[in-house]
Amino acid sequence: MSGELRMPSVRFRKEREASWRELEGLVDRVQRIGLRSLSAEELGRLPVLYRAALSSLSVARAIALDAALLAYLNALAARAHVVLHGGREPFSVAFRRFWAETFPRAVRSLGRHTLVAVLLTVLGVGVAWRELARDPARFSDYVPPAYAQGRGPEATDDDLRQVLQAKETPRSALIQFSSILFTHNATIGLASLGFGFAAGVPTAYLMLVNGLILGAFSWLYGARGMGWEFWAWTLPHGVTEIWALLLCAAAGLRMGQALVFPGRQSRLVSLQRAGDTAGVVALGAVAMFLVAGLIEGIFRQTVGAPAVRWSVAGGTFLLWSTYFLFAGRRR
Amino acid sequence: MTSLSTVRGLQTPEGVPIQLELASVGDRLVAAMLDIFLMNMLGIFLFILVILTGGRGRLQLASAVLLVVFFVVRDFPIFELRWRGQTPGKRATRIRVISRTGGALTARSAVARNVLRELELFQPLAILTAPAALAAGFPPWLGLVAGLWVVAFAALPLVNRDHLRAGDLVAGTLVVRAPPMLLLDDLGAAPGRSALQFRVDQLDIYGAYELQTLEAVLRLGNTLDNGPALTAVAEQIQKRIGWAPGTERVGPYEFLSTFYAAQRARLEQRLLLGERRERKRVAAAVPGDPPASTGTRK
Repeated sequence: MSGELRMPSVRFRKEREASWRELEGLVDRVQRIGLRSLSAEELGRLPVLYRAALSSLSVARAIALDAALLAYLNALAARAHVVLHGGREPFSVAFRRFWAETFPRAVRSLGRHTLVAVLLTVLGVGVAWRELARDPARFSDYVPPAYAQGRGPEATDDDLRQVLQAKETPRSALIQFSSILFTHNATIGLASLGFGFAAGVPTAYLMLVNGLILGAFSWLYGARGMGWEFWAWTLPHGVTEIWALLLCAAAGLRMGQALVFPGRQSRLVSLQRAGDTAGVVALGAVAMFLVAGLIEGIFRQTVGAPAVRWSVAGGTFLLWSTYFLFAGRRR
Repeated sequence: MTSLSTVRGLQTPEGVPIQLELASVGDRLVAAMLDIFLMNMLGIFLFILVILTGGRGRLQLASAVLLVVFFVVRDFPIFELRWRGQTPGKRATRIRVISRTGGALTARSAVARNVLRELELFQPLAILTAPAALAAGFPPWLGLVAGLWVVAFAALPLVNRDHLRAGDLVAGTLVVRAPPMLLLDDLGAAPGRSALQFRVDQLDIYGAYELQTLEAVLRLGNTLDNGPALTAVAEQIQKRIGWAPGTERVGPYEFLSTFYAAQRARLEQRLLLGERRERKRVAAAVPGDPPASTGTRK
């Protein structure tokens, strides 16, 4: 019987099957062992075979009625697609581009949202100052006991000053302290970013609470005449840390806005765009939290001279603002 | 192929759409639990390792390592980026994260996807387990809110079409099954067909859908288990095409594989001429073909 000759797909498969099998073997190896397991020649064949498989798939869809063949070609194309398009840039290139362009640009695109986060924090600080001036006993309403660690209206001046001073501490304890600070702050930052998805409300709340805590502490030290010392203690790491937190909150607020007011785009697309910025900001902010954690955990504990503390605070502020304002601008 | 409701088209940059099957919610749950388990094992392993190296302040150093490792593994998609959208858990359950737009899975979307887990799971769990540590005077009912919160976000993949969780929505990603690559034999080239001949009008009744259904039946093989199904299908087809058994006596499997080859040859040739018939004609005599049969008209 001349069945085979009259079935175009049988001949089609016979002619092309070898190249599919070759691609299948390469894809299988890349997925199991890695791209490095391919020789230079095989690496060159990969995109050629992939495009051939895609063309086989579209031809098969047009001429073949063999369901098993269509399923196989589809699976082959899908796997090869992941291998070819799931690839990344070399790490060093991606790393450099991220810091030189992607991150500062993402931060600049969040100007208005950052302003809102700043205003919410300032509002928290203002409320704390005003309320505590009236009734210092409310301190514990604003600062959780885990944060206060004995600092409060009932603590003595000496106790309060004690916290601000540099101490002799073993190195391993400093490293531990830094890592606690880093992971704690970064988790709060990422949480306030993620919370943006809930229409931004929890993010705004977190910014307010943060402002309340900052306001409560600065009021406490200010009322005892130690205001400058307090800021010299807080700002060297605080500049970086609070900035990173504000950026996370800004990205979170942007996400909330994208969800509630998608504008002319579909809700899904607008959320996706906001998520793109959020991913970039999350990566950058975590690095900032790491820097802040090291300053706070090591520098602050060991260096007590106000002049040094103030210059670190001023220096980091200048550095970050220059970086965010000017890095990665298109000429 | 599984039911169409779980298959999604993905447009490749080359312009050829690929079909992918969505990962089931169960597979994803198992993958996530496996990953969390492995993460804990890794943390404990490193903790013990650092302590075993001995020396002053090792406990502090070990807990520092533990904290940072937990944070990094929990919030950063290291595996997703290195293994092209898979983590150890996802690899074990054969699922994969891909970009919904068909391009590469970028670092930023992988990060965004992961960070959202803070909102969906980790933070509410923290509130649930230790509310007082987060803020002074958190009322106890907040634990209940946090619990409902977790449930609501966990239910999100169950109520949308593409099984997207909040992280997928934000990152523009999709979790799909990594399809097995298995090329079955070509039934059209298989030996063991009889010399039966079919008339053209007998081959113009069925369409591609019936052909592929027949293919599925034939692929179960000429076995004892499959015997009743083969017989039933053969009788059905013989009745429909008005088959008059001639001099040669053939078994149902032989009949069906011969009919399959003839039918596929006929339909594929029509395809070459640009006529695609999806379904069989409902009734031959009705003037004006039913909408189900597109194209072919005599």
